[in-house]
Amino acid sequence: MNKATFSAFIAGLIFSFGLLLSGMANPEKVLGFLDLFGAWDPSLMLVMGGAIAVGLPTFALAKKRQSAVLGGPMQLPGKRALDKRLVLGSLAFGIGWGLAGFCPGPGIVASGALQPGALAFTLAMVTGMLGFRLLERRSN
Amino acid sequence: MNIDWNAFTPGSALAGGLLIGLASAWLILMNGRVAGISGILGGLLNNEGSNRGWQLAFILGLLAGPGVWALFHVLPAIEIRASYPVLIAAGLLVGIGTRYAAGCTSGHGVCGLSRLSPRSLAATMTFMFGGFATVYVVRHLLGA
Repeated sequence: MNKATFSAFIAGLIFSFGLLLSGMANPEKVLGFLDLFGAWDPSLMLVMGGAIAVGLPTFALAKKRQSAVLGGPMQLPGKRALDKRLVLGSLAFGIGWGLAGFCPGPGIVASGALQPGALAFTLAMVTGMLGFRLLERRSN
Repeated sequence: MNIDWNAFTPGSALAGGLLIGLASAWLILMNGRVAGISGILGGLLNNEGSNRGWQLAFILGLLAGPGVWALFHVLPAIEIRASYPVLIAAGLLVGIGTRYAAGCTSGHGVCGLSRLSPRSLAATMTFMFGGFATVYVVRHLLGA
């Protein structure tokens, strides 16, 4: 295993701890946040706030660098278009998120905790992603 | 608006958020990669040759998290009330939707907003709206 691979593993591990600690990996907690018109639990605002508080200075720094610490190129997204794909895709994602209380990271983390419901969600998510790939291939 | 103060956990939410920020900072500064989970998983499924190693390692890190955590501490509650058909429908929507949108809560919500990307702001507002609206319909209109 090279340094970059090990580094990505550590990043995934810390990310996983963050999702567990914050409550994001608990669908009931997430649904309590999404239930704006019921008994609303604002906790997840602080999860986003905390993550972005670290992210803002970090990405400002990253934009100024040509290469990463381990030597690879700095690969920041370049897409700018606000198109139908972005909006309709996000809407479908939001509906799925509201149905189950899982977004991709927490689905994977809860699968790692061997929760059968999370495994079902994650396998369906992988199927959806493979379906997207198939549709994209057909249209190209 | 009716805030459920008993459910409010500001300390762990903020600390967890800082860890998520730290993990994202690590990946972009060390590896030069954005910690967008749907993008990483989607990339892995697309089998993008040279990216395979770090993408697989990141996903394995996510999966290993609960096991490593449990070595030191009791795992926090993971309560899943949705039925299997709902979980499967939700997974399909999340899988297809995040790939069309090229990002999810992490890639657009955390990293994109941190980059001050208008595209990510539009995505985040849209999926938050979708989530709020869906829970409103399910809990308050359908009464499930």
